Amino acid sequence: MAPALCAVCKTERALIKRPKNHQKLCKGCFIQIFEDETHHTIISSGLFYPGEKVAIGASGGKDSTVLASVLKTLNERHKYGLDLVLLSIDEGIKGYRDDSLETVKRNAAQYDMPLKIVGYDELYGWTMDQVVETIGKKGNCTYCGVFRRQALDRGSKMLGIKHVVTGHNADDVAETVLMNLLRGDLARLSRATSIVTGSSASDVKRSKPLKYAYEKEIVLYAHHKKLDYFSTECIYSPEAFRGSARTLIKSLERVRPSAILDVVRSGEDMARLVPGQTRDACACKSNTAPAPVAAEEDNGGGCGSANGRSTGGEMAAMEKQLRENEKAAEGMLETEITMAKPTEKGSQPNRQPQSEKEPKTSSITVPIIKKQKLGSCERCGYMSSQKLCQACMLLEGLNKNRPEIQI
Amino acid sequence: MAVETEAASPEVAKLPIVVEFSGGLEMLFSDQRRHSLSVPATTSEGKPATVASLIDYLCRNTMKDTRKELFVLDDHLRPGILVLINDADWELEGEEAYEIQSGDNILFVSTLHGG
Repeated sequence: MAPALCAVCKTERALIKRPKNHQKLCKGCFIQIFEDETHHTIISSGLFYPGEKVAIGASGGKDSTVLASVLKTLNERHKYGLDLVLLSIDEGIKGYRDDSLETVKRNAAQYDMPLKIVGYDELYGWTMDQVVETIGKKGNCTYCGVFRRQALDRGSKMLGIKHVVTGHNADDVAETVLMNLLRGDLARLSRATSIVTGSSASDVKRSKPLKYAYEKEIVLYAHHKKLDYFSTECIYSPEAFRGSARTLIKSLERVRPSAILDVVRSGEDMARLVPGQTRDACACKSNTAPAPVAAEEDNGGGCGSANGRSTGGEMAAMEKQLRENEKAAEGMLETEITMAKPTEKGSQPNRQPQSEKEPKTSSITVPIIKKQKLGSCERCGYMSSQKLCQACMLLEGLNKNRPEIQI
Repeated sequence: MAVETEAASPEVAKLPIVVEFSGGLEMLFSDQRRHSLSVPATTSEGKPATVASLIDYLCRNTMKDTRKELFVLDDHLRPGILVLINDADWELEGEEAYEIQSGDNILFVSTLHGG
């Protein structure tokens, strides 16, 4: 095959074929376009304000390393005026996180950014090594996920920072959309597609500037810019990345590369149909959606890499929680459904009541399941819809050496 | 994917190439990123060696790990693993049908692993 030339500069040899539009690009043009598109995402969603202090959730992996590199570049090029800090969580897993933290330390020097490392031991009194020693490997991802979620928030607060950016990419979002679609959980699907979560009612907001970036392009960006990143599997869930939704996404991409962004866009469109959900940074949310709590529970599980790369056990745990949610929402659901027809067994809480006799309604009525009220954990003061936050519940179980506790 | 006979006979010409693994794939290949290999220039059917036959060769000869399914799925490279042939996306080079040349550098990068 004769080498193709770059579709943009038409002089250099093309080295990259973009998944989203099949465009063939040389290295230089690819890097430029990747950065320009991230800039566009940031500007069009009004992600930052000048002078904002922003913590980059940094694991040393490809996504957060690319995020740190791109944000540094854009901050300088477009004069965002951001004060960027790397924030890393040390789960306390020997032979895994200690190695990747070395990468983050090098990144801090390479990008000239301050680095804050928050350990599970100082926050919770338990390292993941100790958790696994107590409860075994099964289900430990749930603990790790709940602890990490709070750890990023708590770390930001220690630094006086109210905005954490994470390296979630288009593949991650598409995977979450599919998983929630398969579960019939539109509310969660809606939250997962938002570029900003946990905005106004929360102390710390989260955003994902790489939401539209393909994982493939993130890896190629890291490769061609020779970024220093770390890739390994968590020793406690070495095959976590074989999640079925992940495999499905990657197989779809193989057949039709644009599928990933198409799923993301479909997710966004469906999210618009869900009432009471946060529309990103928009302040005009309805009073029924305690976004921060919801957001907190989004990543209830999830191993080190990204949300949704779940093990079977974690899936089962989530399914169980979802069933409980359904039960809790049943009272409300029945009134909704009996209007049209008798309640069916196993009907989904988010299903739109179908009433073909009366197609008049222009507004779509999807029952909103919101049982949570925003409060704070009576033990640690962290925001929580229950008396105890998820982390304190798990800790109580651990401290009593009762690992069976389910969230 | 082309099937290759075990232990190519000595008279078969060899191609010196460099194969690299990154993004977590190293763990399947003795935790070693860079492998200088000498691969048969033709398959058992007498066809020129391709990326497809290389993948097969790697599974048979280079991979010590038993978890082949982390590299190959349904007889093809597992979706989510990128291939760069002399730094170019293999999608620009014909993917599995690309005919290996002497001195090629072929990099397999997993996008599947976290960090």
